Amino acid sequence: MNTDKTHEILESAEFKKLVKTRWNISLSFTLVMLIVYIGFLLIVAYDKEFLKMPLGDSINLAIVVGLGIIFFSWLITGLYVYWANNYYDADVHEIKKKL
Amino acid sequence: MFLNLLLQINPGSTESTLGTANPVSIAIFFLFVAVTLYITYWAAKKTKTGSEFYAAGRNISGFQNGLALAGDYMSAASFLGIAGMVATKGYDGLIYSIGFLVGWPLIMFLVAEPLRNLGKYTFADVVAFRLKQRPIRIAASVGSLLTISFYLIAQMVGAGSLIKTLFGLDYEIAVIVVGVVMTMYVLFGGMLATTWVQIIKAVLLLSGATMLVLLALAQFNFSPAELFQSVKTQYGADMLAPGGFITNPFDALSLGLALMLGTAGLPHILMRFYTVPDDKAARKSVFVATGFIGYFYVLTFFIGFAALALVGKDAILSLDKGGNMAALLLAENTGGSAFLGFIASVAFATILAVVAGLTLSGASTISHDLYVHVVKKGISDEKGEIKVAKRATIFLGVLAVALGLMFKGQNVAFMVGLAFSIAASANFPALLMSIIWKGFTTKGAVWCMVTGAVLSLVLIVISPTVWVDIMGNSEAIFPLKNPTIVSMTAAFIVGILVSLAKPEKAASDLFESEKLRTYLGHGSEK
Repeated sequence: MNTDKTHEILESAEFKKLVKTRWNISLSFTLVMLIVYIGFLLIVAYDKEFLKMPLGDSINLAIVVGLGIIFFSWLITGLYVYWANNYYDADVHEIKKKL
Repeated sequence: MFLNLLLQINPGSTESTLGTANPVSIAIFFLFVAVTLYITYWAAKKTKTGSEFYAAGRNISGFQNGLALAGDYMSAASFLGIAGMVATKGYDGLIYSIGFLVGWPLIMFLVAEPLRNLGKYTFADVVAFRLKQRPIRIAASVGSLLTISFYLIAQMVGAGSLIKTLFGLDYEIAVIVVGVVMTMYVLFGGMLATTWVQIIKAVLLLSGATMLVLLALAQFNFSPAELFQSVKTQYGADMLAPGGFITNPFDALSLGLALMLGTAGLPHILMRFYTVPDDKAARKSVFVATGFIGYFYVLTFFIGFAALALVGKDAILSLDKGGNMAALLLAENTGGSAFLGFIASVAFATILAVVAGLTLSGASTISHDLYVHVVKKGISDEKGEIKVAKRATIFLGVLAVALGLMFKGQNVAFMVGLAFSIAASANFPALLMSIIWKGFTTKGAVWCMVTGAVLSLVLIVISPTVWVDIMGNSEAIFPLKNPTIVSMTAAFIVGILVSLAKPEKAASDLFESEKLRTYLGHGSEK
């Protein structure tokens, strides 16, 4: 591997932006997931009555929120894949051309 | 043959046939073992090199790996245990299962792609990538082997008692059968056979659980609302809402962190990311796994409530005070003993797939991390390495059986929590910091892993889980049931402080130059 070339890429603005964007997205998504899950645990711990709120005849808020978190986990994971496949990979492809 | 067996069964009987030899489950179980051993024979011919033994030649597709990850992760404990928890404690079971799912998005955001790009066979490859090999490999192996051993004990003891209840087979024989069959998968078929066993198991488990839910919902005109209504009428509205599972918020938070972040530190899960060709496939496999695992937990939620509504709490508790037989009783109630036999053999297959994954991961830690990088100082002779890996597999197979026999009748439920705690405290912090923090040093990583592992172990012993429930003392020294909130935080802090105290220039320089590999996959293992 040409070390000058790699050094040039490592120092390039577009590579730095790629790495920065990747972690901005990853860490924001991680934070959202932590807030959703820990928030849920704290509501369960401190305000059980709130979750007992009925929604219709037989379903309550707790069931909707619980199953909703499962669906949300899948959705946010899919959102990351969508971003990575369409944006991240395109940038990676551009940078790799220069190698 | 099947028709013949089906004819002998009398679904009209009111007594449960659990615990007696069920011809359908025995037939399906033998069929499963025959098919998987044939796959092992097929895989053995394709398993010669190191990358074939540890990583199935990196030829598994993203979708296949997603299914295999689901098969590696969904244990019989979560199938029977969580359905049982819902059936006896109601909504609280769902809180527990959500914890097992929310770690998956984090695997995606934080570790899957860098892991695939930087490593070769184990997660220690990534931690050691720019640090000093020997100390890192030793510390990471301790974390890995502890996680694997506790997880394995819980699985083996669970397997023994489950099979005893299901088939009426002796506990000892059940443990030996599980040990022998899974050792054969790993020993001869390596990662390729293990992967296919996990895929078949995932398909069986997901379709079995789906059928169970459909059969149960058929009794409620396929309306979940009617099912919930029935639970509400029989047991009151509180069954459908959080109950006593979370009383102390710190306990909840600590267990929550263990489940969430521990998932991203399980060696047998992390190892699966090396079986795909590149980081893009690694990404896809997490998405597929998250979808299937999430779907599975939704199913267990319905199975639990349907068992509660149709079988009844007293009938479930009379068979097993933990409620573990709820899913099986529901199967018998809705589909007769033939369907019970099918679900029971699915549970057996589930155990085999999980213990095979654990054993393979343990064997790769012993051969790749300890033998090659510690004993041989990185000078790897592939033939020698595979030989050691195979010996390690036999050793772990014997160990798994021995531990299963040793812990017979003991309360080992806490060991799953402990395995997740060590994974979250010893493995995950070091892995994450080695990926994202330039200033992370060899000493920092070693102290981080040692702190996480030792604190998890010590704190669990003096916690209510062991000190009071198992050792019978009246009051625990450490107040929380799960130590992760303390042990993981301490591991991060120690890792950061030790790294800051004495920077390692070689490591931070390498952090820069490894970036092309981390982010572009340039130079990754093919």
